[in-house]
Amino acid sequence: MLTIHELCKSFDGLPVLNNVDLTVNKGDVIAIIGQSGGGKTTLLRCMNFLETADSGEMEFDGERFDLARISKRDIEKIRRKTAFVFQNYNLFRNKTALKNVMLGLTVARKMPKKQAEEIARAALAKVGLADKADSYPNALSGGQQQRVAIARALATEPEIIYFDEPTSALDPELTVEVLSVMRALAEEGMTMLVVTHEMNFARNVSTKVIFMENGSIVEAGPSAAVFENPREARTRAFLSLISQEERK
Amino acid sequence: MIEGVSGAISAFFSQRLVSILIESFPKMLLPGLKMTIPLTAISFSIALVIAVIAAMIQVAKIPVLRQLIRFYIWVVRGTPLLVQLYVVFYGLPNLGIVLEPFPTAVLVFSINEGAYCAETMRAAIESIPRGQMEAGVCVGMSWLQTMFHVVLPQAFRTAFPPLSNSLISMLKDTSLAANITVMEMFMVTQRIASRYYEHLALYIEVALIYLLFCTVLTRLQAVCEKKLATYGF
Repeated sequence: MLTIHELCKSFDGLPVLNNVDLTVNKGDVIAIIGQSGGGKTTLLRCMNFLETADSGEMEFDGERFDLARISKRDIEKIRRKTAFVFQNYNLFRNKTALKNVMLGLTVARKMPKKQAEEIARAALAKVGLADKADSYPNALSGGQQQRVAIARALATEPEIIYFDEPTSALDPELTVEVLSVMRALAEEGMTMLVVTHEMNFARNVSTKVIFMENGSIVEAGPSAAVFENPREARTRAFLSLISQEERK
Repeated sequence: MIEGVSGAISAFFSQRLVSILIESFPKMLLPGLKMTIPLTAISFSIALVIAVIAAMIQVAKIPVLRQLIRFYIWVVRGTPLLVQLYVVFYGLPNLGIVLEPFPTAVLVFSINEGAYCAETMRAAIESIPRGQMEAGVCVGMSWLQTMFHVVLPQAFRTAFPPLSNSLISMLKDTSLAANITVMEMFMVTQRIASRYYEHLALYIEVALIYLLFCTVLTRLQAVCEKKLATYGF
């Protein structure tokens, strides 16, 4: 469904991503793990054109795009098939939860208001926030805001949802409510690409794991294989560090 | 001492003066309502449109246009409003361009205020977190759509107090239009004052009417800000 070929990106001459290759099939739930500063978030942002890659190719639904020279029209086309969930939610602060979810339908996709509202209410119900439809973001907890953000992503029926550390800004108890929504989505077969520090999610929910370090993909494979039997020494080092940390 | 002051006051407010003040009040208020307020309202509305467009061009970093906007703001902010009125009203006829007083005033006030408000709007737009625009384009909206539905409404909220300031200051600045023969409140007062030769009392009277107008605006501002606060950002 989606492949990335030799994506490179540097900031002010400092390389952040080196020749990253990635394949996403329909129904994949891919967790991207690794230390902070490894390029995980930048990869996700390049894939949705929030950052412009220096070079690289993308193939999306059989169409090929040059990531460095893609047109605005193609960017908008691809973005209508994808959704993005941010670390700090980024809900539209001047809109209620319902309007947050509706905007991508009524404005971006010119859907009639009534139909959009039905979809939006269903999406909010799905993340367990049907009763918060009329609340403004500032009246919601972090976990609730992130669930509204997920509903906003779901409403547009994307082919893939990118999650950029969706629980990193949340307290542990709020993390749980967001993760359980994500788990439910994964079980429904939603295609997801998740940058995360939640090892339980990577191990138990995701189907594949990608371990990144210093802007390169060190190891990629089925979650069980990567966690139980990592091939690369650096992956082993990272995972043992994490599990020591968890045991403490 | 107190007797002296009260004596001076009662001597000052002779029966004649009191009747002049009362008689001239509606004569001042009427051009205030029919000229000063429409001039302010029309000019400020146009100024806001100029400001939003100028601010968006700068934020979007559109080449050439952006330099033109910087030039416009530089010139307008760097020259006196009164001089601008004179250039257009008394100067342009040398080029064969003759405008009526009221349209001239609207033109000059809008362009002048537009430059100041453009900077207010630009600062307000830039104060909105980048994530708002990013989230907008990620749900499939264009830059412009996100600007209109998400960023600008928030920016207006931020810009509201300084914009109110500009509006209040503009209402008073319309008195400068007297210099280009617009029959607004101050022009009318000047005429009444020179007829009766009661400058102090009559200019204070018109000052009080300006104060009244501005007080209404200030009150309106407070009410609107309270309403806007419901978003809580």
